[in-house]
Amino acid sequence: MTGDVACAEGGLAAGCLFFGGYPITPATEVAERMSERLPEIGGTFIQMEDEIAAMASIVGASCAGVKSMTATSGPGFSLMMENIGLAICTETPCVVANVQRAGPSTGLPTQGAQADMMQARWGSHGHYEIIALAPSSPQEIFYQTITAFNLSEKYRLPVLVMTDEMIGHLSERVIIPDAKDIKTVSRTRPKGRKDRFKPYRPGPDGIAPMAIAGEGYNIHMTGLTHDERGYPVMTVEAQYEMMDRIMKKVRQNLDDIIETEGYRLDDAEIVIVSYGVSSRTCLAAVDEARELGIKAGFLKLITVWPFPEDLIHRLAERVKGFVTVEINLGQIHLEVERCTAGKAPAFLVGHPGGTIIPPERVIDLLKEAF
Amino acid sequence: MEFWRIPLDADEIQITRGIVHIIEDRCKGCGYCIEFCPKEILEFSTKFNQKGYHPPMVVKPDDCVNCHYCEIICPEFAIYSVEDTMNMEKAQG
Amino acid sequence: MTQTKKSSGHPLDGLLRLDRIPHIWCPGCGIGTAFSSCLIAMKTSGIDLQKTVMVSGIGCSGRGAGYVNLDSYHTTHGRAIPFATGMKLANPELNVVVFSGDGDLFAIGGNHFIHAARRNVDMTIICINNFNYGMTGGQVAPTTPYQAKTTTTPAGNPERPFNLPLLAYASGATYVSRWTILHTRDLMESIEEALKKRGFSFIEVLAPCPVNYGRRNREKALDSLKIYQERTIIKNDAHPTELDIDFDRGVILGKFIDLDQPTCTEMYDKTCRPKDLLYD
Repeated sequence: MTGDVACAEGGLAAGCLFFGGYPITPATEVAERMSERLPEIGGTFIQMEDEIAAMASIVGASCAGVKSMTATSGPGFSLMMENIGLAICTETPCVVANVQRAGPSTGLPTQGAQADMMQARWGSHGHYEIIALAPSSPQEIFYQTITAFNLSEKYRLPVLVMTDEMIGHLSERVIIPDAKDIKTVSRTRPKGRKDRFKPYRPGPDGIAPMAIAGEGYNIHMTGLTHDERGYPVMTVEAQYEMMDRIMKKVRQNLDDIIETEGYRLDDAEIVIVSYGVSSRTCLAAVDEARELGIKAGFLKLITVWPFPEDLIHRLAERVKGFVTVEINLGQIHLEVERCTAGKAPAFLVGHPGGTIIPPERVIDLLKEAF
Repeated sequence: MEFWRIPLDADEIQITRGIVHIIEDRCKGCGYCIEFCPKEILEFSTKFNQKGYHPPMVVKPDDCVNCHYCEIICPEFAIYSVEDTMNMEKAQG
Repeated sequence: MTQTKKSSGHPLDGLLRLDRIPHIWCPGCGIGTAFSSCLIAMKTSGIDLQKTVMVSGIGCSGRGAGYVNLDSYHTTHGRAIPFATGMKLANPELNVVVFSGDGDLFAIGGNHFIHAARRNVDMTIICINNFNYGMTGGQVAPTTPYQAKTTTTPAGNPERPFNLPLLAYASGATYVSRWTILHTRDLMESIEEALKKRGFSFIEVLAPCPVNYGRRNREKALDSLKIYQERTIIKNDAHPTELDIDFDRGVILGKFIDLDQPTCTEMYDKTCRPKDLLYD
């Protein structure tokens, strides 16, 4: 199946029962699959009037107690930023898949890119933490969509699945395991007296249990800065406290959240860093480089945000340099550069978007730079 | 401006009586209850509440018919009436 | 002898987040009255309050959700309706009430309004129309009357306002009414009726904004209410095209539309769900 269909199937496998969408190339097929599958299993699909509404609807559905997701591409992702911020502030779990295409603006609708990576990190206003995953094949889209739901339910925040047009439209074999073999996570629910429940009092793990609408907890949720009761409080102290909670729940669980893969990395002198569809370029490039006697290894970022800062930092102590391969003109490259802290040079093999990067470009750079 | 007619069954209708309660410190002094009380039983008091507004006071307590108009129009949840069960009386024809 | 009945507080105290009272609304602001009417209607309608949620957008009226002691959601500017749509479709058992203002629902959120009405999502929309953006200090809104003064139309509003009931009707709303905060009882009964009704219900509530709109248009709070008393006409079933707001000509209040049509959820189930899922 295609990556887009795998995305929908991954969502369903994770327990998604609500999809609010809006058509956009190259993510439309996710919505199409969902429109067919959700009503069969008691879920609901709705095509909203725009991506703003689509995003608002999935936050609402999640507050009503249902796992929810949407899928879009760059222009829609821009419109969703407003309510991604609401989900961050109200700590509402939901999943957004961005099947990236080349931009800016309408760009190349039918051709892929990886240029929304910084938007994924900082697209909504204000300072916050977010989780973004980057799959590199339809099979990975399937699994990572499940992971995205699990992380979003566990940490109560929106999780982004940053796929792209190439793998979204790529048909490959996808193995869907039996339901019993798929681990799914659901948000912690409150216990105890309803009248004493504080919707934002963190549990022992730093995450507040979530009450859903209609259970009798009479909760209040707001995008304004709020206290443990969920009430708006317009003070610097309340801002400190709220920010502390939404930052810490991610920052203190980096080991649990961050996932990376290494390929021929143990003895590598040069680390090629990449993610998503460009991983495929890098696997070929590493093998080719090794044949040429260049000791290259590949670090694949499965979790792009939060960024694996410590890992890059540690690698920088022992390697000759880094090469970041991505279909933009330097986004994750900037992160790599930052995390090397000057201990090893960082190079970019970038592309303005529209097609994948051939391995030869990586080899050429390796030859030239090292 | 009382141009309405007297209902034919006015003699038989029991007019309810009410007791007005004012939560003075919630009042912001808009005067809606005073202006629109159909029996004109309220007036601004001369005292100030915690917020510095003049809350209403009941000047004709016996005239309250427990219509709850003040209760609904008050934007501050600061006034309400309850039925005075002890003082129900037949309306005068 | 008048015996004072022992009182346990204001009858609405149970539905209020008392720890947040007093609310932020200015003296003479009509939102409190509309809110109060809404809470009374919720109580008297007999709907299951545990299954009732209030959703608001941003603005003065948007603060409504923050004061009701029910599950309540204060969302982003203009997005109360799509948020509420998600809630209602995800859990059709919920009674969804959207309480927000004219700018929120009809300027930034106008597109969402017409589409929710078109879909006939089963929810009740209470729109407080105070003719301007109060929260930000009194700017022109899509409802500001022609020639009225606001901070962004210092020479008078050069644009025409929306006729909201007409817009709601044209978009497919199955219940449409308009009242003012002076018409408390009609308003309350209308909200009660809307809460009990299946389908997309819209109630426009005219309310004074004495501090921002009134001050610039020489209209004190009590003046506004007197205008509501003297220059309104109750005309149920009036055609929505007659409902332009022009106080010089007289503003028509009443219940204009009350239709029985299948809701969004009903049509979805009928059209999209496999039959065996429907009857178990």
